[in-house]
Amino acid sequence: MGTNVIMPQLGESVVEGKISRWLKQIGEPVKLYEPLLEVETDKVTTEVTAAGEGTLLKLYANEGDVVKAGTLIAIIGAADEVDAHLIPHPDPLPKREREQEIPRGNGTSARISPVVARIAAEHSVDVTLVQGTGEGGRVTKKDILAYVGSPRPMGESHREASLGQGVRVEAEKLEAWEQPGLGELFRPTEEVFGKAASVSANPIAPVAAPTVVPGEVMPLNHMRKAIADHMVMSKRTSPHVTTVFEVDLSKVVAHRSSHKAAFERDGANLTFTPYFALATIAALKQFPLVNSSWSESGVVLHRTVNLGIAVSLGAEGLIVPVIKNADSLNLLGLARTVNDLAERARHRQLKPDEVQGGTFTITNHGTSGSLFATPIINQPQCGILGVGLIQKRVVVVTQNDVDAIAIRPMAYLGLTFDHRILDGNSADSFVAAIKQMLENWG
Amino acid sequence: MAEKTLIEGIREALDEELARDDSVFITGEDVGPRGGVFRATLGLFAKYGPTRVIDSPLAELSIVAVGIGAAMNGLRPICEIQFADFIQPAYNQIVNEAARMYYRTGGTFTVPVVIRTPYGGGIGGGLYHSQSIEATFAHVPGLKVVIPSNPYDAKGLLKSAVRDNNPVLFLEPKKGYRLIKGDVPDGEYTVPIGVAQITRPGSDISVYAYGMMHYYCQQAAEEVAQDGIDVELIDLRTLNPLDKDTVLSSFEKTGKALIVYEDNRFLGYGAEIAALLADEGFNYMDAPIMRVAGPDVPGVPYSHPLQDWFMPNPQKIADAMRKLARY
Repeated sequence: MGTNVIMPQLGESVVEGKISRWLKQIGEPVKLYEPLLEVETDKVTTEVTAAGEGTLLKLYANEGDVVKAGTLIAIIGAADEVDAHLIPHPDPLPKREREQEIPRGNGTSARISPVVARIAAEHSVDVTLVQGTGEGGRVTKKDILAYVGSPRPMGESHREASLGQGVRVEAEKLEAWEQPGLGELFRPTEEVFGKAASVSANPIAPVAAPTVVPGEVMPLNHMRKAIADHMVMSKRTSPHVTTVFEVDLSKVVAHRSSHKAAFERDGANLTFTPYFALATIAALKQFPLVNSSWSESGVVLHRTVNLGIAVSLGAEGLIVPVIKNADSLNLLGLARTVNDLAERARHRQLKPDEVQGGTFTITNHGTSGSLFATPIINQPQCGILGVGLIQKRVVVVTQNDVDAIAIRPMAYLGLTFDHRILDGNSADSFVAAIKQMLENWG
Repeated sequence: MAEKTLIEGIREALDEELARDDSVFITGEDVGPRGGVFRATLGLFAKYGPTRVIDSPLAELSIVAVGIGAAMNGLRPICEIQFADFIQPAYNQIVNEAARMYYRTGGTFTVPVVIRTPYGGGIGGGLYHSQSIEATFAHVPGLKVVIPSNPYDAKGLLKSAVRDNNPVLFLEPKKGYRLIKGDVPDGEYTVPIGVAQITRPGSDISVYAYGMMHYYCQQAAEEVAQDGIDVELIDLRTLNPLDKDTVLSSFEKTGKALIVYEDNRFLGYGAEIAALLADEGFNYMDAPIMRVAGPDVPGVPYSHPLQDWFMPNPQKIADAMRKLARY
């Protein structure tokens, strides 16, 4: 007896996924819980493991297919198993019949127009067997006519429509009025203002013309596209302003050196990130307006802090796992959570729910050497804190009214905020609170 | 055969009908020596004199009322309402008198009056010089509503309207008066009322339009043809009575319909076409019936950018054509 491999639901509100890669091929042995395939959703790529043991007998979906949750996508069974009771059709199946296991398009393919229903009924065709080329994979009249093999257009027998005689429309070549000085009013406005702007109500994005500069086209992956869309949307949505503070991290560095070993014993790798996170969370509690989202009916203040931490995935892109209820964690808890999420982010093991619902984001761009940056807000949040490189710098310190030159570990903190919600002053107070906490750690 | 503008087609029809039949006369504001605000009647006063081309008071009610009375007594008046926007004072005469007279008198009286009026926007005319009023009047039984989209039809349909024994509201796309050109034969010919015309045969989608919007649809159809979309374009020409056969047989072929009108979308003329297709063409339907129409705001704005926003144009129509073809 074999095991059906079913497309899992990868998170709340995630109803479908794209099969990005099969990790096993037909005929390969599969162990229980062994990774079987990779599924890509809007935000993450997840491995799906095998729920049974045996040999991979059949694949019902190809790499690149978008499949609804709950759909049969493969069968695992004994190598010699004749799977008549499992597989609904004898093998090899005609292509058309096999395709019915896979929902086509993006899930709206169920809509069948009256004309398609009628033609299907007349020819006793199961519409679900027809490959749809319409919007969302819908089966169009042309599709079903092609399928039943009668591409003749319907209604051709109707009377030939008489074509107009003498109907000739010239391009808008305009002549002077026949009576200058009379009837000047009410001319087509194009004559006065030029051609109407070709702004349409629902512009259809034109396919980008191939660039004339020779080069190589790098195909966009799901993540690249999602990042691109989100960044453009964010810049369009909120007016971005960035404010930069400089912070002396002497006490944080000292605290980390003295506690690193102890944290190690507790199984946590203590990096600087939890310090910035903890200080940010405290400041968010002090200035709840920063932990918010804009809406037309008012600024939504969030009750908890769900803190996103941007994690670079190298050339592929970046991802922002979210520490849910981060305001209930202490330094150790944050260190553990950050370790865990970053680790799983780099191994593409995050669940879709773990990258959603953030209320504020920290991006640690200093890890790649950057001193300060102006990050883009992760919508619908109010702000994003960029942490620059921690660098020993010469600074002037004043102790007991005496100025002295000292070497201190310094970093720039840049807050990009939504100017609809915050003004310079309130945003600065928030960053000042973070600075205050970091400089007086311990 | 010479190339003429749409207004020249209208003027030729008026001229020829005045010459053909002594019972035909024209009345309206400034139609006499001045030749009308759009010069439709230019030269006719000089040619036919003050009893055939009559300047009226600035009162639309009276222009139509005079026309009705004359028509009931054996004449064939052609009333000009300077702008369709100003037809409302004559609404009672047109709807309650002209359209219902034959029914009300048990067939004793006919009212062979033609009411000509320019309609439509896109000419910087603002609120009171841009309106489209066809839906209101096409709703009324007993009244024929005709809208030509080119000079040939303008002449041929207007001549048919003058000879029709029913009241005919003849709406002229004023933006196209001098913009739309085409060959017009000299001399006698008519175009029948109540017959639509397939002006561009195609197989992918059916597009229904009339007047100025038909002109734009031709341009849009050319544009999307470059994307391989084969548009069948139907010029309705007569809004009431509607040529249902032509409307339905095209839909039967393509299964996809787009209706374009510049009047406000809600309850506009396209709504009736959509209802007809849903009702009698359901079995051929392969896509939601789409419309490109003016937005539901109280007037065509005077501001040029806002007017562009209001008016359907070839670009907006081409976008809708692509969307429908892709469905």
